[in-house]
Amino acid sequence: MENKQRNLAYNNYVKEKIPKTKAWPSLFYSFLVGGAICLLGQGINDLLLLAMPNISQQSAWGYTLIILIFVASLLTGLGVYDQIGKVAGGGSIVPITGFSNSIASPSIEFKSEGIVYGICVKMFSIAGPVIVFGTVASAGVGLIYWIISLF
Amino acid sequence: MEFGKTIVLKNQPKIIGHYSIVGPKEGKGNFGEFFDYVMKNDCFGENTFEKAERKMLEAAIMGVVQKAKMTIKNVDVMVAGDLLNQIISSSYAARAFEIPFLGVYGACSTMAESMAVASVLVDGGYCRNVLCCTGSHFSTAERQYRFPLELGNQRPPTSQWTVTGAGSCILSLEGKGPRVTSVTFGKVVDWGVNDVNNMGAAMAPAARNTMLSHFRNTNTSPKDYDLILTGDLGKLGSEILVDLMDEEGVSLGLNYNDCGQMYFKREQNTLCGGSGAGCCATVFNSYIMKKFEKGEYKKVLFLPTGALLSTTSSQQGDTVPGVCHAIVIEN
Repeated sequence: MENKQRNLAYNNYVKEKIPKTKAWPSLFYSFLVGGAICLLGQGINDLLLLAMPNISQQSAWGYTLIILIFVASLLTGLGVYDQIGKVAGGGSIVPITGFSNSIASPSIEFKSEGIVYGICVKMFSIAGPVIVFGTVASAGVGLIYWIISLF
Repeated sequence: MEFGKTIVLKNQPKIIGHYSIVGPKEGKGNFGEFFDYVMKNDCFGENTFEKAERKMLEAAIMGVVQKAKMTIKNVDVMVAGDLLNQIISSSYAARAFEIPFLGVYGACSTMAESMAVASVLVDGGYCRNVLCCTGSHFSTAERQYRFPLELGNQRPPTSQWTVTGAGSCILSLEGKGPRVTSVTFGKVVDWGVNDVNNMGAAMAPAARNTMLSHFRNTNTSPKDYDLILTGDLGKLGSEILVDLMDEEGVSLGLNYNDCGQMYFKREQNTLCGGSGAGCCATVFNSYIMKKFEKGEYKKVLFLPTGALLSTTSSQQGDTVPGVCHAIVIEN
């Protein structure tokens, strides 16, 4: 009991002592980089539609995503993306480029353990939960949609 | 409070050789000029970081044997450890030399643990020359404990930077060098910190416990030492330790410092400073030993701390226990 109180007091003391992250500069850089990535995506999309007028908006979106994913993987391999991430934080994690980075980076890291046990097993060690939650959530939403459509 | 066990060494083994090897970032840090060897890159000519860490330890072992002017056959036992699972770096380094090997693990306190075990072995007359070696590598530790290197995440402000480096020394009753006069084996202390990015706060209570034990058991106070040096509490952890000791009525003054806090320059962006088994091992076996050789230090209390967690324990919601071993070196 005495230890519990001591630990609680200690943890509260530590909490006060921890240097705080400065919220405004972090938010600013997140917004700047995140916005720039979105702007880039919109630019690619518009250019695609301009260059190939007969493709649909749907397929232009698909190509845009593919290009963004490729660029982010390439930048990860070149060792640039983590430098961007250090400054941008959420700004470069939330867009699809962050997803690409989270798959490419463990693949590079665990290459030394071989193709099967290294790259293939570890590839989704960070992105895996996102995929699982995404799949479960979409199934859940689909179920709700189906139930509503019955009435 | 339960106190740790202090052993006062009658024969006082001497540190007859010391060697340190570090990575390029560490070479640019505050202790750069004191290290024996600075690697040109983190890979050290190997194709994986784990092999680079092992090679670093092998280089530290070779280096210290040469500096002590002996051959590897003169070493009776090697006591070594590192941070990787199953301490592979040390074991595989020992494989290369065909000498008896004791693997120890005390996380970042491993240097003091190995020296404490070695000095007891030498002091009792059971071994003539005992080699101690400890190292860590930023890239292997990151991927074992944290995230891939290329992942674009931000480090929390309390995090520390694992030092790439290895330090080694040889203890013996013959020869010249500073003497190890007493050792205190510390208890495992856990004050309920569960933030794995705040090792300093998790380990500071262990340092407090061992420090209080040592002062009580040896009847000394901070004034009796030229330097009181903790391992890798970092900026935050060492501030916490000063506060904790103040509460006990022991004031740590200008003669207290922390290897992790001093290790890197401000512009190297390591937040709370250096950490890892290599942090205090390289500082101790370069800067501190060189100060002893110059006669600037007479008596130093060296007490590195270690956080005894694993990724499994923290993912299962366990808190982070710490341990701290102390050794006293006198000229």
